[in-house]
Amino acid sequence: MERVTEEDGQKEFERRRRMRSIAIALVLAAMVAMFYVATIVRLGGNVFNRPL
Amino acid sequence: MAELGLETTPLRAQQMAGGSIGDYFALMKPRVMSLVVFTALVGMVVAPGSLHPALGVIALTCIAVGAGASGALNMWYDADIDGRMQRTAARPIPRGRITPDEALAFGMVLAFGAVGTLGLLVDWTAGALLALTIAFYIVVYTMWLKRRTPQNIVIGGAAGAFPPMIGWAAVTGSVSLESVLLFLIIFMWTPPHFWALALYRARDYERVGVPMLPVVAGPEETRRQILVYSMLLVPIGVAPALIGLGGTFYAFVSVVFGAVFLALALAVWRGQEGREGDRAAKRLFAFSILYLFALFAALLAEHAAHRLLGA
Repeated sequence: MERVTEEDGQKEFERRRRMRSIAIALVLAAMVAMFYVATIVRLGGNVFNRPL
Repeated sequence: MAELGLETTPLRAQQMAGGSIGDYFALMKPRVMSLVVFTALVGMVVAPGSLHPALGVIALTCIAVGAGASGALNMWYDADIDGRMQRTAARPIPRGRITPDEALAFGMVLAFGAVGTLGLLVDWTAGALLALTIAFYIVVYTMWLKRRTPQNIVIGGAAGAFPPMIGWAAVTGSVSLESVLLFLIIFMWTPPHFWALALYRARDYERVGVPMLPVVAGPEETRRQILVYSMLLVPIGVAPALIGLGGTFYAFVSVVFGAVFLALALAVWRGQEGREGDRAAKRLFAFSILYLFALFAALLAEHAAHRLLGA
């Protein structure tokens, strides 16, 4: 069986951790976008309907 | 570390590296998720009234994530038996790529996130139904019924039947007879679907002590029950056409596909032990997926066409 050094394991660990971090960042960004869009959709034209 | 000459096997290295994005995706049971999204979409499209497309996409995303949360929490709880069943041995937890604690945390975050987002942004009735679905699947089915009674999938099947009701509620903010009928179609479809699978996977379930009907009551009783539930399912499948939820096209599809479903259930009932019996069960299992898809697709096509032509 092919042997893998601890260094290889560490590199793979870091690579996967980076991918997970990127995925979490993208999900958070998507949630921000979702809340923003839903707010605009729900308020609609009322956004402008206020005394200035 | 490398200078110390420490070496490890590729499998151990994989386990030490933690789960990849793909592992977490697998934890969400994507195939189940796709069926949930599809039936929820149909619930949304056939519901009276309208929902802004952006809110519709958000609702479907929340329902998909909620289904994913259920999958992750189910794999967390069932990790001990998953590793000993052929069908589930390759899941991320038994393979050591994700720890049970990570799966639990992942599932809980997704569950609360999906329910909260659906409630806040779309509708709280839909959010409450999504919460009920997740709780039902995890607490009632996975924790309580699955390892205790052969009725596990009959009652637990309700969890898989809720999505069209959630979709309907996202649009209307309520539950109605029509949405309950969509629920009933999936609810009655679940037993013949899973028992057909369990007939040719009985040994797997027996080995891990899950009391599926073929294990507890034997294949003959299972084949009888499959036929009984199929006979209940087919008229319920036609019912949307009778109350005006489905039109002529739906009536045609539900009658034709219902007839084939019944014929296959009869073949299973008459079936022999061994390979011939397994073949009949596999045919019914495969067709049952097509049946459910065809019924919901017919409803979707009719209502989509109606909206496009009516617009």
